[in-house]
Amino acid sequence: MISLILKRLVLGVLTLWLVATLVFWVSGALPGDAAQSILGQDATPETLAALRSQMGLDQPEIVRYWNWLKGILQGDFGVSLANGTPVNDVIASRLPNSLLLAGLSTLVAIPVSLILGIASAMKPNSVFDRLTTFLSILALSTPSFLIATIIVLVFSVWSGLFPALSNISRVETIGGLFRVMTLPVLALSLSVIGQMARMTRAILITQLQEPYVETAMLKGASRLRATVLHALPNVAGPIVNASALSLNALISGVVFVEVIFAYPGLTKLMVDSVSSRDLPLMQACAVIFCAGFLVLVLIADLIAILANPKLRTE
Amino acid sequence: METTSASVTERRRLRLPNWPLLSMIGAVIFLFWVFIAVFGDLLTPYEPGEFVDSWNVLGPMTADYWLGTDYLGRDVLSRIMTGAKYTVGLPFVTAALALLFGLILGVMATLLSKTVDTAMSWLMDTVNSLPSTIFALVAVAGFGTSIPVLIIVITILYIPSAYRNVRSAAINVSKMEFIDAARVRGEGNMHIIFREILPNIIPNLLTHFGIMFIYIALLLSGLSFLGLGIQPPEADWGALVSENMVGLSYGAPAIFAPALCLLSLTVSMTLMVDAVSHQKKDR
Amino acid sequence: MTEEHFIEVENLVIEAGGRKIVNDVSFKAKKGEVVALIGESGSGKSTIALSLMNYAREGCAITGGSIKVGGRDVRGLKGAALKDFRGKTVSYVAQSAAAAFNPVKRIKNQIVEAATLHKSMSRAEAFARQKELMHTMALPDADNIGDRYVHQVSGGQLQRMMAAMAMINTPEVMIFDEPTTALDVTTQVEVLKGFKDMIRERGVTAVYVSHDLGVVAQVADRILVLRDGEVMENAPAKDLLERPQSSFTQELLSASETRLLELQPEPEHDVVLEASGVLAGYGAIRNGMPQYPVLEDINFRIKKGQTLGLIGESGSGKSTLGRVLAGLLPAAKGQAKLNGRDLDLANAQHRRKQDRQDLQIVFQMADTALNPRQSNAEILGRPLKFYHGMTGEARRKRVLELLDMVRLPASLADRSPRELSGGQKQRVNLARALAANPSLVICDEVTSALDTVVANAVVELLVELQRELGLSYLFISHDLGKVEAMCNEVMVLYKGREVERAPRDRLTAAPEHAYTQQLVAAVPQLRQGWLEEVTAASAAGPQTYRAGQ
Repeated sequence: MISLILKRLVLGVLTLWLVATLVFWVSGALPGDAAQSILGQDATPETLAALRSQMGLDQPEIVRYWNWLKGILQGDFGVSLANGTPVNDVIASRLPNSLLLAGLSTLVAIPVSLILGIASAMKPNSVFDRLTTFLSILALSTPSFLIATIIVLVFSVWSGLFPALSNISRVETIGGLFRVMTLPVLALSLSVIGQMARMTRAILITQLQEPYVETAMLKGASRLRATVLHALPNVAGPIVNASALSLNALISGVVFVEVIFAYPGLTKLMVDSVSSRDLPLMQACAVIFCAGFLVLVLIADLIAILANPKLRTE
Repeated sequence: METTSASVTERRRLRLPNWPLLSMIGAVIFLFWVFIAVFGDLLTPYEPGEFVDSWNVLGPMTADYWLGTDYLGRDVLSRIMTGAKYTVGLPFVTAALALLFGLILGVMATLLSKTVDTAMSWLMDTVNSLPSTIFALVAVAGFGTSIPVLIIVITILYIPSAYRNVRSAAINVSKMEFIDAARVRGEGNMHIIFREILPNIIPNLLTHFGIMFIYIALLLSGLSFLGLGIQPPEADWGALVSENMVGLSYGAPAIFAPALCLLSLTVSMTLMVDAVSHQKKDR
Repeated sequence: MTEEHFIEVENLVIEAGGRKIVNDVSFKAKKGEVVALIGESGSGKSTIALSLMNYAREGCAITGGSIKVGGRDVRGLKGAALKDFRGKTVSYVAQSAAAAFNPVKRIKNQIVEAATLHKSMSRAEAFARQKELMHTMALPDADNIGDRYVHQVSGGQLQRMMAAMAMINTPEVMIFDEPTTALDVTTQVEVLKGFKDMIRERGVTAVYVSHDLGVVAQVADRILVLRDGEVMENAPAKDLLERPQSSFTQELLSASETRLLELQPEPEHDVVLEASGVLAGYGAIRNGMPQYPVLEDINFRIKKGQTLGLIGESGSGKSTLGRVLAGLLPAAKGQAKLNGRDLDLANAQHRRKQDRQDLQIVFQMADTALNPRQSNAEILGRPLKFYHGMTGEARRKRVLELLDMVRLPASLADRSPRELSGGQKQRVNLARALAANPSLVICDEVTSALDTVVANAVVELLVELQRELGLSYLFISHDLGKVEAMCNEVMVLYKGREVERAPRDRLTAAPEHAYTQQLVAAVPQLRQGWLEEVTAASAAGPQTYRAGQ
């Protein structure tokens, strides 16, 4: 088992390297460089050249790639083009906000979708199941920006219950935090609950056909017990993996929720940096998101290994 | 049961699919949008760029302007009809391309050596582990935004999921003994892949095409919503929602009409996917 | 109390999708009696047995009749009363213990669950009883074996632990649903003996579901013969076995007896296939040895019009040999000659088209051996085009001839294999091999997925075709009866090696090797008391061979 886990870890690190490389080359593909975009069209060739050499842009691509990678390994993402501050500082002020938003939404989404998925798998084709299926299809077919927009309209514009903009930096009390976070968290979790509940249901329904579930029922176990204590541990791996994939949707969702609620998080920063072609900042954001997602997938993998006695005892 | 002379396979082709009502409704809605995507430009009641009613921006639904007017006083219905070619067409094209390349790479991985297969699978897993919106943003930053760039980037992002799907379906089929039978007969790989395996995984490919279509439609409209997808003066439905956001507080139809169209498109595809995957299971 | 019936089932009706899959079934059992439900697949035997626990599988519903166990109306049980009844008053031993145990939980916890669930004893008592039952079922390392997971124990052991689980609450009624079907015959004997002793000692009333009359004859006091959900005959076991009344029972009985079919005399020369020193296995091959060798030093020859039987239990390597000869698995060592030409065993890529045409293989699972996306005509037409270049009308004509050869109507040509029954599929499967005009056909367990009557018909067809076409067969099977019926000579495999080779008449009459003797002795016979004889004999015997342990 240890060797299996080590193998996954090594593969994870290699994958992260490949991802970082892709981010670097793809984002830097367009001709016309950062110095140009800082100084604008009417810069003289001399000032341009000076800035280039100052930023290290006159070096060959491969050298810049090497320096960039070395920087990341030392935890230094370079300097933002927009205002010349270190990328690390910019990120440090924004990342906790995004983590809070994503974390709270995950805490809401996972239990809700597990319960919905389990309950509808236990009674397939019941009224509850059909309703859940209908709502899930609706939720996963709706773009996140639309969910967020509708929520703003209903809970803020029409009813005025919550603020439409979530400026978390001005929050001081727990109550204030609740007021500000409710709508973004609601929007974000809604956009993943549909997908996760549906996957949980599908995985579990197949598993409930297994003879050992019947055995448990014939021992006198209730359907709930047979489902939760017998079938569920068998599908822990697939469900965790499916959830990790849903979190991919959650990361995409964060982008829209932060933009619509003007929430001061990292993805909002990233969207702005794409528009302004602030490459070092955008590359850093992309690497952080990809790394975060890879870590989630890795955790899911480890849970799947631990949940399977065949893999655990080998 | 009693059709002894008529070929069963022919009968199967001519018959309407035996789908539940809801999925048939989905199919009708989807075909309607495909029709609009193809002919929408010719059928618009107004020029899509024309300021038909500049005095009444973000106007309500009226007899003249069925879905109201937008923030510049343009006819929303006409804008939606011309936007359909992007919102319906681009996901269709990219999902098809991703499926095609996924298929080709999947076949190649099987035919070439084990090392190529492992390396390919790793590369695919890597691309698959990129959060799609984030990476689309990176690509837009790198290549700028244009329709060819969007098509290429999204195709590349979705090839791995198609590849994985093709592979796992094909591996399940290749465990069947009729594949062994073909190998013993001395059949070449081409025969085995295209005659024995492929016909058996078509339902999987169709459902996966549908699922990718939905995700890509959501992704593209999302990019446009952020202003990083289809660029003005052209607009897809995501861009239409975004450019009319100022009308949110009055609940202007200019926001909700394109949003509901998008919703009807993705829901109709989900309903069709459901029907095909149920049929697959019943077999 | 003694005359009163403990189980009373009257006019039971069970429906699935509006169709009656069990129709008007009635039977009774006294306390301590064993009633067997026997029939072919689709006869409703398992469905009836499960109804005693007021349980119907998905899509089925008990719609009529009454079920009484110990005077209680089972159909009226609901909610907590039903949960209390299941697993405590009536318990269930499933067909495949490997699937019926939860793979992610320790076995002992699953056994104990039945007791703690009903609060019939404390946890500590339950674990103590679990150990005791493991001893009763004669399991190795009985004190600790419960700590294991499903993938760590053998099929025979699991089946006995399944019985231990069913016994933990000392139920009044036990249901055995084909509990030995998945086991090898030599294992079956021990497990069966364990079940029978347990039933007798504890005075349990039992319902025993099986398709195998030989097994049923050993355990049952009364036998119900079922067909398409209806009772064909219901009689005390002894009467039913000796004086069957219904024609269907007679048919079943005669089908389970081995009838030696008339075979072709051995020709002087005409060797079709000759193999020597075959060694094969799985994993990387180093210094001519595979990492996991499965077969070692196999030598044989098959002459024209003759059948060599290959018998062995799971893990004996018999199917591996079939796959090596067919070119699906490369051999590490060994030579073979097919019709006088060298046949490459190490690399199937080097085989000539003629070799492939001469040697065909028919697989066990007709279900997965036919491509469901092709019509039968397409399936049969492909080898005709591939080997003989036939197209158009000529090919169509030959397809119909082939169907006729395997006794199938021409109307099936344009059907999909999905529309055929199991026996029909196996015939199409055989016809595909015949399409090549082979001289040798490898039959890999071709009858084991079929009901007895259907399987016998397939064996008869094979022998007829042999006579008509001069075919040779390598007939791989675990079923001694089938091998005896149709093979001129039989090779017995044990753990990848040949232990004995004999003409069919000597094999059962005077087996020489101890393993063969054990194998022959383990085949259930259609008379009561056989089980006691064979277990007494094996207790006296010097050596036991275990397969698949």
